[in-house]
Amino acid sequence: MGERRTVIPFGPQHPVLPEPIQLKLVLEDEKVVEALPQIGYIHRGLERLVKVRDFNQMVFVAERICGICSFQHAMSYCLSIERLMNIEVPERADYLRVIWSELHRVHSHLLWLGLMADAFGFEAMFMETWKIREAVVDMLEATAGSRVIISTCQVGGVRRDISPELLQQIVKLADDVQRRLKAIEHSILNDYTIKKRTVDKGIISKEQAWKLGAAGPTLRGSGVKWDARMIGYAGYKYLNFEPVVETAGDCYARTKVRFREMFAALDLLRQAIAKIPAGEINVKVKGNPEGEAFIQVEQPRGEVTYTVKANGTKNLEKMHVRTPTFANIPAFLTMLPGCELADVPVLALTIDPCISCTER
Amino acid sequence: MFGMLSPILKNGLGKPATRLYPFEKREAFDKARGQLEIDIDKCIFCGMCQRKCPSTCLSVEKAACKWELNPYNCIICGVCVEACPTKCLSLNKVYRTPVYVKENQIKIGKPPVKKTATKENS
Repeated sequence: MGERRTVIPFGPQHPVLPEPIQLKLVLEDEKVVEALPQIGYIHRGLERLVKVRDFNQMVFVAERICGICSFQHAMSYCLSIERLMNIEVPERADYLRVIWSELHRVHSHLLWLGLMADAFGFEAMFMETWKIREAVVDMLEATAGSRVIISTCQVGGVRRDISPELLQQIVKLADDVQRRLKAIEHSILNDYTIKKRTVDKGIISKEQAWKLGAAGPTLRGSGVKWDARMIGYAGYKYLNFEPVVETAGDCYARTKVRFREMFAALDLLRQAIAKIPAGEINVKVKGNPEGEAFIQVEQPRGEVTYTVKANGTKNLEKMHVRTPTFANIPAFLTMLPGCELADVPVLALTIDPCISCTER
Repeated sequence: MFGMLSPILKNGLGKPATRLYPFEKREAFDKARGQLEIDIDKCIFCGMCQRKCPSTCLSVEKAACKWELNPYNCIICGVCVEACPTKCLSLNKVYRTPVYVKENQIKIGKPPVKKTATKENS
Protein backbone atom coordinates (compact mmCIF):
# COMPACT_ATOMS: atom_id res chain seq x y z
CA MET A 1 0.00 0.00 0.00
CA GLY A 2 2.72 2.43 1.07
CA GLU A 3 4.59 2.20 -2.23
CA ARG A 4 1.66 3.23 -4.36
CA ARG A 5 1.96 6.85 -5.33
CA THR A 6 -0.78 9.16 -6.56
CA VAL A 7 -0.38 12.60 -8.10
CA ILE A 8 -3.08 15.09 -7.15
CA PRO A 9 -3.26 18.57 -8.67
CA PHE A 10 -3.81 21.23 -5.98
CA GLY A 11 -5.06 24.31 -7.85
CA PRO A 12 -4.92 26.40 -10.00
CA GLN A 13 -8.55 26.67 -8.87
CA HIS A 14 -8.96 25.79 -5.23
CA PRO A 15 -11.36 27.12 -2.57
CA VAL A 16 -8.55 28.43 -0.34
CA LEU A 17 -6.60 30.05 -3.15
CA PRO A 18 -7.90 33.40 -4.33
CA GLU A 19 -5.30 33.35 -7.08
CA PRO A 20 -4.03 30.64 -9.41
CA ILE A 21 -1.01 28.52 -8.54
CA GLN A 22 -0.74 24.81 -9.10
CA LEU A 23 0.98 22.26 -6.91
CA LYS A 24 1.30 18.71 -8.14
CA LEU A 25 1.22 16.75 -4.92
CA VAL A 26 2.77 13.30 -4.98
CA LEU A 27 1.00 11.27 -2.31
CA GLU A 28 1.62 8.01 -0.58
CA ASP A 29 -1.82 7.20 0.84
CA GLU A 30 -2.72 10.55 2.49
CA LYS A 31 0.85 11.67 3.04
CA VAL A 32 2.56 14.19 0.77
CA VAL A 33 5.99 13.00 -0.33
CA GLU A 34 6.76 15.60 -2.96
CA ALA A 35 5.31 18.84 -4.29
CA LEU A 36 5.98 20.31 -7.72
CA PRO A 37 4.90 23.90 -8.23
CA GLN A 38 3.72 25.47 -11.43
CA ILE A 39 3.37 29.21 -11.72
CA GLY A 40 2.82 31.48 -14.68
CA TYR A 41 -0.97 31.54 -14.95
CA ILE A 42 -1.30 35.30 -14.54
CA HIS A 43 2.05 36.68 -15.67
CA ARG A 44 1.53 40.26 -16.85
CA GLY A 45 5.03 41.42 -17.73
CA LEU A 46 4.79 44.62 -15.72
CA GLU A 47 8.57 44.98 -15.36
CA ARG A 48 8.86 45.22 -19.12
CA LEU A 49 6.61 48.30 -19.10
CA VAL A 50 9.60 50.45 -18.10
CA LYS A 51 10.34 50.62 -21.83
CA VAL A 52 6.93 52.15 -22.55
CA ARG A 53 6.07 54.31 -19.52
CA ASP A 54 8.32 57.04 -18.20
CA PHE A 55 9.79 56.83 -14.70
CA ASN A 56 7.04 58.96 -13.15
CA GLN A 57 4.23 56.94 -14.72
CA MET A 58 5.86 53.67 -13.58
CA VAL A 59 4.88 54.47 -9.98
CA PHE A 60 1.30 53.55 -10.88
CA VAL A 61 2.42 50.37 -12.64
CA ALA A 62 4.56 49.33 -9.65
CA GLU A 63 1.55 49.96 -7.44
CA ARG A 64 -0.50 47.51 -9.45
CA ILE A 65 1.94 44.62 -8.92
CA CYS A 66 -0.10 43.76 -5.85
CA GLY A 67 -3.39 45.13 -4.59
CA ILE A 68 -2.96 44.44 -0.90
CA CYS A 69 0.51 45.91 -0.46
CA SER A 70 0.10 48.48 -3.25
CA PHE A 71 1.44 51.46 -1.30
CA GLN A 72 4.60 49.61 -0.31
CA HIS A 73 5.28 48.67 -3.94
CA ALA A 74 4.90 52.30 -5.00
CA MET A 75 7.07 53.41 -2.08
CA SER A 76 9.82 50.87 -2.89
CA TYR A 77 9.87 52.05 -6.49
CA CYS A 78 9.96 55.73 -5.47
CA LEU A 79 12.72 55.07 -2.91
CA SER A 80 14.85 53.42 -5.58
CA ILE A 81 14.39 56.30 -8.04
CA GLU A 82 15.05 58.82 -5.24
CA ARG A 83 18.29 57.00 -4.44
CA LEU A 84 19.31 57.20 -8.12
CA MET A 85 18.57 60.92 -8.33
CA ASN A 86 19.84 61.79 -4.79
CA ILE A 87 16.52 63.31 -3.80
CA GLU A 88 15.98 64.29 -0.16
CA VAL A 89 12.35 63.58 0.68
CA PRO A 90 10.75 66.01 3.20
CA GLU A 91 10.43 64.59 6.71
CA ARG A 92 6.63 64.89 6.73
CA ALA A 93 6.44 62.77 3.57
CA ASP A 94 8.58 60.10 5.26
CA TYR A 95 6.15 59.97 8.16
CA LEU A 96 3.11 59.89 5.87
CA ARG A 97 4.69 56.98 4.01
CA VAL A 98 5.04 55.11 7.31
CA ILE A 99 1.41 55.81 8.22
CA TRP A 100 0.05 54.50 4.93
CA SER A 101 2.44 51.51 4.97
CA GLU A 102 1.37 50.46 8.44
CA LEU A 103 -2.33 50.88 7.60
CA HIS A 104 -1.70 48.56 4.65
CA ARG A 105 0.09 46.07 6.89
CA VAL A 106 -2.82 45.98 9.35
CA HIS A 107 -5.44 45.47 6.64
CA SER A 108 -3.33 42.85 4.86
CA HIS A 109 -2.82 40.81 8.05
CA LEU A 110 -6.52 41.08 8.91
CA LEU A 111 -7.43 39.86 5.44
CA TRP A 112 -5.00 36.97 5.82
CA LEU A 113 -6.34 36.09 9.27
CA GLY A 114 -9.86 35.94 7.84
CA LEU A 115 -8.79 33.70 4.96
CA MET A 116 -6.84 31.49 7.37
CA ALA A 117 -9.88 31.13 9.66
CA ASP A 118 -12.03 30.40 6.62
CA ALA A 119 -9.61 27.66 5.51
CA PHE A 120 -10.42 25.57 8.56
CA GLY A 121 -14.08 26.48 8.63
CA PHE A 122 -14.05 29.16 11.35
CA GLU A 123 -16.61 31.39 9.60
CA ALA A 124 -17.33 33.59 12.63
CA MET A 125 -13.66 34.59 12.85
CA PHE A 126 -13.58 35.28 9.10
CA MET A 127 -16.52 37.68 9.41
CA GLU A 128 -15.12 39.32 12.54
CA THR A 129 -11.65 40.03 11.09
CA TRP A 130 -13.05 41.33 7.82
CA LYS A 131 -15.37 43.58 9.77
CA ILE A 132 -12.37 45.08 11.56
CA ARG A 133 -10.52 45.35 8.26
CA GLU A 134 -13.36 47.35 6.77
CA ALA A 135 -12.71 50.18 9.24
CA VAL A 136 -9.03 50.26 8.21
CA VAL A 137 -9.87 50.28 4.51
CA ASP A 138 -12.38 53.08 5.12
CA MET A 139 -9.59 55.06 6.78
CA LEU A 140 -7.43 54.58 3.68
CA GLU A 141 -10.26 56.00 1.60
CA ALA A 142 -10.78 58.92 3.97
CA THR A 143 -7.07 59.83 3.91
CA ALA A 144 -6.14 59.02 0.33
CA GLY A 145 -9.38 58.89 -1.65
CA SER A 146 -9.21 55.25 -2.64
CA ARG A 147 -9.78 52.04 -0.75
CA VAL A 148 -6.99 49.71 -1.82
CA ILE A 149 -4.77 51.14 -4.55
CA ILE A 150 -4.34 54.56 -3.02
CA SER A 151 -2.01 56.23 -5.57
CA THR A 152 -0.50 58.67 -3.09
CA CYS A 153 3.21 58.03 -3.54
CA GLN A 154 5.26 59.92 -6.09
CA VAL A 155 8.93 60.33 -6.82
CA GLY A 156 10.03 63.05 -4.40
CA GLY A 157 7.43 62.56 -1.67
CA VAL A 158 3.70 61.97 -1.44
CA ARG A 159 0.83 63.53 -3.36
CA ARG A 160 -1.68 64.02 -0.58
CA ASP A 161 -1.45 65.32 2.96
CA ILE A 162 -3.38 64.08 5.98
CA SER A 163 -5.03 66.79 8.08
CA PRO A 164 -4.49 66.89 11.89
CA GLU A 165 -8.15 65.91 12.44
CA LEU A 166 -7.75 62.83 10.27
CA LEU A 167 -4.49 61.94 12.05
CA GLN A 168 -6.38 61.98 15.34
CA GLN A 169 -9.03 59.77 13.76
CA ILE A 170 -6.28 57.30 12.80
CA VAL A 171 -5.14 57.20 16.46
CA LYS A 172 -8.74 56.52 17.50
CA LEU A 173 -8.98 53.80 14.84
CA ALA A 174 -5.72 52.23 16.08
CA ASP A 175 -7.10 52.08 19.63
CA ASP A 176 -10.39 50.65 18.39
CA VAL A 177 -8.71 48.00 16.22
CA GLN A 178 -6.42 47.06 19.13
CA ARG A 179 -9.42 46.62 21.46
CA ARG A 180 -11.27 44.49 18.91
CA LEU A 181 -8.17 42.38 18.21
CA LYS A 182 -7.66 41.80 21.95
CA ALA A 183 -11.24 40.49 22.10
CA ILE A 184 -10.47 37.78 19.52
CA GLU A 185 -6.84 37.17 20.53
CA HIS A 186 -7.70 34.42 22.99
CA SER A 187 -9.85 32.50 20.51
CA ILE A 188 -7.31 32.64 17.67
CA LEU A 189 -4.21 31.83 19.74
CA ASN A 190 -5.60 29.41 22.35
CA ASP A 191 -8.41 27.65 20.48
CA TYR A 192 -8.19 23.85 20.63
CA THR A 193 -9.16 23.34 16.97
CA ILE A 194 -6.78 25.98 15.65
CA LYS A 195 -3.93 24.58 17.72
CA LYS A 196 -4.75 21.07 16.49
CA ARG A 197 -4.53 22.27 12.88
CA THR A 198 -1.42 24.45 13.20
CA VAL A 199 0.91 23.35 16.01
CA ASP A 200 3.81 21.18 14.76
CA LYS A 201 2.57 21.39 11.16
CA GLY A 202 4.84 22.54 8.36
CA ILE A 203 7.92 23.01 10.51
CA ILE A 204 10.84 24.80 8.94
CA SER A 205 14.02 25.26 10.97
CA LYS A 206 15.93 28.51 11.41
CA GLU A 207 18.83 27.32 9.20
CA GLN A 208 16.49 26.03 6.46
CA ALA A 209 14.46 29.25 6.42
CA TRP A 210 17.61 31.35 6.13
CA LYS A 211 19.23 29.14 3.48
CA LEU A 212 16.08 28.93 1.35
CA GLY A 213 15.76 32.71 1.35
CA ALA A 214 12.41 32.86 3.12
CA ALA A 215 11.04 36.31 3.86
CA GLY A 216 8.79 38.07 6.33
CA PRO A 217 6.70 36.20 8.89
CA THR A 218 7.83 32.84 7.43
CA LEU A 219 11.43 33.75 8.31
CA ARG A 220 10.61 35.38 11.64
CA GLY A 221 8.34 32.47 12.62
CA SER A 222 11.44 30.27 12.45
CA GLY A 223 13.44 32.45 14.80
CA VAL A 224 15.43 34.68 12.44
CA LYS A 225 15.37 38.25 13.68
CA TRP A 226 15.30 40.02 10.35
CA ASP A 227 12.90 42.72 9.27
CA ALA A 228 13.76 45.17 6.47
CA ARG A 229 12.25 47.99 8.56
CA MET A 230 15.34 47.67 10.78
CA ILE A 231 17.34 49.29 7.94
CA GLY A 232 15.44 52.50 8.64
CA TYR A 233 14.09 53.48 5.23
CA ALA A 234 11.43 56.24 4.95
CA GLY A 235 10.28 57.34 8.41
CA TYR A 236 11.24 54.13 10.23
CA LYS A 237 14.59 55.69 11.16
CA TYR A 238 12.77 58.08 13.50
CA LEU A 239 10.67 55.39 15.24
CA ASN A 240 11.31 52.69 17.82
CA PHE A 241 10.72 49.32 16.33
CA GLU A 242 11.40 45.75 17.40
CA PRO A 243 10.68 42.86 15.00
CA VAL A 244 8.26 40.16 16.17
CA VAL A 245 10.03 36.80 16.35
CA GLU A 246 8.83 33.29 17.21
CA THR A 247 11.09 30.26 17.34
CA ALA A 248 8.91 27.18 16.72
CA GLY A 249 8.87 27.50 12.91
CA ASP A 250 5.46 25.83 12.53
CA CYS A 251 2.12 27.16 11.23
CA TYR A 252 1.14 28.29 14.72
CA ALA A 253 4.33 30.36 15.06
CA ARG A 254 3.69 32.09 11.74
CA THR A 255 0.09 32.83 12.77
CA LYS A 256 1.34 34.26 16.06
CA VAL A 257 3.95 36.43 14.31
CA ARG A 258 1.33 37.96 12.02
CA PHE A 259 -1.10 38.49 14.86
CA ARG A 260 1.49 40.22 17.06
CA GLU A 261 2.76 42.23 14.07
CA MET A 262 -0.62 43.92 13.87
CA PHE A 263 -0.14 45.29 17.39
CA ALA A 264 3.38 46.40 16.44
CA ALA A 265 1.99 48.15 13.34
CA LEU A 266 -0.66 49.94 15.42
CA ASP A 267 2.07 51.04 17.83
CA LEU A 268 4.15 52.39 14.92
CA LEU A 269 1.10 54.29 13.69
CA ARG A 270 0.68 55.97 17.09
CA GLN A 271 4.39 56.80 17.28
CA ALA A 272 4.42 58.26 13.77
CA ILE A 273 1.35 60.40 14.42
CA ALA A 274 2.79 61.67 17.72
CA LYS A 275 6.06 62.72 16.07
CA ILE A 276 4.94 63.91 12.61
CA PRO A 277 6.35 67.37 11.83
CA ALA A 278 4.68 70.08 9.76
CA GLY A 279 6.09 71.09 6.40
CA GLU A 280 6.25 70.25 2.74
CA ILE A 281 5.11 66.85 1.49
CA ASN A 282 7.06 66.64 -1.74
CA VAL A 283 9.96 68.16 -3.64
CA LYS A 284 10.10 68.99 -7.34
CA VAL A 285 11.95 66.44 -9.42
CA LYS A 286 14.12 67.68 -12.24
CA GLY A 287 16.03 65.66 -14.79
CA ASN A 288 16.15 61.95 -15.46
CA PRO A 289 17.57 59.15 -13.33
CA GLU A 290 20.92 57.55 -14.11
CA GLY A 291 22.77 54.60 -12.58
CA GLU A 292 21.74 51.55 -10.59
CA ALA A 293 19.95 51.27 -7.28
CA PHE A 294 18.81 48.51 -4.96
CA ILE A 295 16.14 48.90 -2.28
CA GLN A 296 14.76 46.58 0.39
CA VAL A 297 11.34 47.28 1.89
CA GLU A 298 9.32 45.21 4.35
CA GLN A 299 5.86 44.40 3.04
CA PRO A 300 3.15 42.58 5.00
CA ARG A 301 4.29 39.32 3.41
CA GLY A 302 8.01 39.92 3.76
CA GLU A 303 10.87 41.69 2.20
CA VAL A 304 10.56 43.04 -1.35
CA THR A 305 13.62 44.16 -3.27
CA TYR A 306 13.65 46.58 -6.17
CA THR A 307 16.61 46.79 -8.53
CA VAL A 308 16.45 49.57 -11.10
CA LYS A 309 18.88 50.58 -13.79
CA ALA A 310 18.60 53.90 -15.61
CA ASN A 311 20.54 55.45 -18.44
CA GLY A 312 19.67 59.14 -18.19
CA THR A 313 16.54 59.00 -20.34
CA LYS A 314 12.95 59.26 -19.11
CA ASN A 315 12.48 55.50 -19.52
CA LEU A 316 14.35 53.16 -17.21
CA GLU A 317 16.60 50.54 -18.75
CA LYS A 318 15.63 47.72 -16.42
CA MET A 319 13.54 47.10 -13.34
CA HIS A 320 13.58 43.90 -11.35
CA VAL A 321 11.30 43.09 -8.45
CA ARG A 322 11.82 40.18 -6.08
CA THR A 323 8.61 39.70 -4.18
CA PRO A 324 8.19 37.96 -0.80
CA THR A 325 5.87 35.19 -1.99
CA PHE A 326 8.30 34.23 -4.74
CA ALA A 327 11.02 34.04 -2.07
CA ASN A 328 8.80 31.93 0.18
CA ILE A 329 7.94 29.26 -2.41
CA PRO A 330 11.15 27.18 -1.83
CA ALA A 331 10.50 27.25 1.92
CA PHE A 332 6.87 26.25 1.29
CA LEU A 333 7.95 23.30 -0.86
CA THR A 334 10.28 22.18 1.93
CA MET A 335 7.42 22.29 4.46
CA LEU A 336 5.09 20.13 2.39
CA PRO A 337 6.74 16.65 2.30
CA GLY A 338 5.58 14.67 5.31
CA CYS A 339 2.31 16.51 5.89
CA GLU A 340 -1.19 15.17 5.36
CA LEU A 341 -3.16 16.12 2.26
CA ALA A 342 -5.77 17.87 4.46
CA ASP A 343 -3.06 20.15 5.91
CA VAL A 344 -1.92 21.47 2.53
CA PRO A 345 -4.48 24.35 2.38
CA VAL A 346 -3.48 25.56 5.86
CA LEU A 347 0.22 25.28 5.00
CA ALA A 348 -0.36 27.19 1.77
CA LEU A 349 -2.09 29.98 3.67
CA THR A 350 0.54 30.34 6.38
CA ILE A 351 3.02 31.72 3.85
CA ASP A 352 0.27 34.21 2.85
CA PRO A 353 0.60 33.54 -0.88
CA CYS A 354 0.17 36.48 -3.23
CA ILE A 355 0.38 35.15 -6.74
CA SER A 356 -0.06 38.50 -8.47
CA CYS A 357 3.13 39.62 -6.66
CA THR A 358 4.89 36.41 -7.63
CA GLU A 359 4.12 36.70 -11.32
CA ARG A 360 4.17 40.49 -11.78
CA MET B 1 -14.46 27.78 21.74
CA PHE B 2 -16.10 30.16 24.21
CA GLY B 3 -13.50 32.86 23.51
CA MET B 4 -15.54 34.14 20.60
CA LEU B 5 -18.73 34.22 22.67
CA SER B 6 -18.54 37.89 23.59
CA PRO B 7 -17.98 39.21 20.02
CA ILE B 8 -20.61 36.80 18.69
CA LEU B 9 -23.20 37.93 21.27
CA LYS B 10 -22.41 41.57 20.52
CA ASN B 11 -22.82 40.87 16.80
CA GLY B 12 -26.06 39.02 17.35
CA LEU B 13 -27.68 41.58 19.62
CA GLY B 14 -26.17 44.77 18.23
CA LYS B 15 -26.79 46.73 15.06
CA PRO B 16 -25.95 45.02 11.75
CA ALA B 17 -22.43 45.80 10.49
CA THR B 18 -23.70 46.25 6.94
CA ARG B 19 -26.06 48.75 5.33
CA LEU B 20 -29.18 48.07 3.29
CA TYR B 21 -27.27 49.47 0.34
CA PRO B 22 -29.60 50.86 -2.31
CA PHE B 23 -31.84 52.41 0.38
CA GLU B 24 -29.13 53.52 2.75
CA LYS B 25 -26.02 55.03 1.21
CA ARG B 26 -22.82 56.05 2.91
CA GLU B 27 -21.75 59.62 2.26
CA ALA B 28 -18.61 59.89 0.19
CA PHE B 29 -15.44 60.94 1.99
CA ASP B 30 -14.17 64.45 1.32
CA LYS B 31 -11.09 63.20 -0.51
CA ALA B 32 -12.85 60.37 -2.39
CA ARG B 33 -11.83 60.04 -6.02
CA GLY B 34 -14.83 59.21 -8.21
CA GLN B 35 -14.73 60.18 -11.88
CA LEU B 36 -12.82 62.61 -14.03
CA GLU B 37 -14.69 65.71 -15.17
CA ILE B 38 -13.72 68.53 -17.49
CA ASP B 39 -14.86 72.12 -17.84
CA ILE B 40 -14.30 72.19 -21.62
CA ASP B 41 -14.71 75.98 -21.88
CA LYS B 42 -11.56 76.50 -19.83
CA CYS B 43 -9.51 73.88 -21.73
CA ILE B 44 -6.70 75.19 -23.95
CA PHE B 45 -5.99 71.76 -25.54
CA CYS B 46 -2.33 71.84 -24.54
CA GLY B 47 -2.25 68.03 -24.23
CA MET B 48 -0.44 68.02 -20.88
CA CYS B 49 -2.99 65.60 -19.40
CA GLN B 50 -2.46 63.18 -22.27
CA ARG B 51 1.33 63.26 -21.84
CA LYS B 52 1.22 62.68 -18.06
CA CYS B 53 -1.56 60.04 -17.98
CA PRO B 54 -0.10 56.67 -16.91
CA SER B 55 -2.96 54.63 -18.37
CA THR B 56 -3.10 56.43 -21.76
CA CYS B 57 -6.84 56.93 -21.45
CA LEU B 58 -6.80 60.56 -22.60
CA SER B 59 -6.33 61.97 -26.07
CA VAL B 60 -6.36 65.62 -27.04
CA GLU B 61 -6.50 67.01 -30.58
CA LYS B 62 -5.57 70.65 -30.67
CA ALA B 63 -6.65 71.30 -34.28
CA ALA B 64 -10.14 69.85 -33.79
CA CYS B 65 -10.47 71.20 -30.19
CA LYS B 66 -11.36 67.69 -29.10
CA TRP B 67 -10.79 66.14 -25.67
CA GLU B 68 -11.48 62.42 -25.44
CA LEU B 69 -11.52 60.19 -22.36
CA ASN B 70 -11.86 56.45 -22.13
CA PRO B 71 -13.41 56.27 -18.64
CA TYR B 72 -12.98 52.49 -18.47
CA ASN B 73 -9.20 52.70 -18.87
CA CYS B 74 -8.92 55.61 -16.43
CA ILE B 75 -7.35 54.57 -13.11
CA ILE B 76 -8.52 57.78 -11.37
CA CYS B 77 -5.04 58.62 -10.09
CA GLY B 78 -5.55 62.37 -10.46
CA VAL B 79 -2.21 63.06 -12.20
CA CYS B 80 -3.98 64.96 -15.02
CA VAL B 81 -5.81 67.12 -12.48
CA GLU B 82 -2.49 68.13 -10.92
CA ALA B 83 -0.83 68.66 -14.31
CA CYS B 84 -3.60 70.76 -15.92
CA PRO B 85 -2.34 74.37 -16.32
CA THR B 86 -5.82 75.93 -16.47
CA LYS B 87 -7.33 73.70 -13.72
CA CYS B 88 -10.20 72.67 -15.96
CA LEU B 89 -10.00 69.02 -14.87
CA SER B 90 -11.46 67.80 -11.58
CA LEU B 91 -12.40 64.58 -9.83
CA ASN B 92 -15.90 64.23 -8.42
CA LYS B 93 -16.93 61.89 -5.61
CA VAL B 94 -19.43 59.74 -7.52
CA TYR B 95 -18.20 56.29 -8.44
CA ARG B 96 -18.59 55.01 -11.96
CA THR B 97 -21.58 52.73 -12.41
CA PRO B 98 -21.51 49.55 -14.53
CA VAL B 99 -22.65 49.84 -18.15
CA TYR B 100 -23.56 47.56 -21.05
CA VAL B 101 -21.71 49.54 -23.73
CA LYS B 102 -18.35 51.12 -23.00
CA GLU B 103 -18.24 54.41 -24.83
CA ASN B 104 -15.58 57.08 -24.86
CA GLN B 105 -16.44 60.48 -23.48
CA ILE B 106 -15.84 63.10 -26.18
CA LYS B 107 -15.92 66.84 -25.53
CA ILE B 108 -15.56 69.44 -28.27
CA GLY B 109 -14.59 72.93 -27.18
CA LYS B 110 -13.84 76.30 -28.69
CA PRO B 111 -10.36 77.28 -29.80
CA PRO B 112 -8.57 79.07 -26.95
CA VAL B 113 -8.45 82.85 -27.22
CA LYS B 114 -4.88 84.08 -27.51
CA LYS B 115 -3.77 86.43 -24.74
CA THR B 116 -2.12 88.88 -27.16
CA ALA B 117 -5.36 89.14 -29.14
CA THR B 118 -7.37 90.03 -26.02
CA LYS B 119 -4.89 92.76 -25.14
CA GLU B 120 -5.22 94.30 -28.57
CA ASN B 121 -9.00 94.20 -28.35
CA SER B 122 -9.08 95.86 -24.99
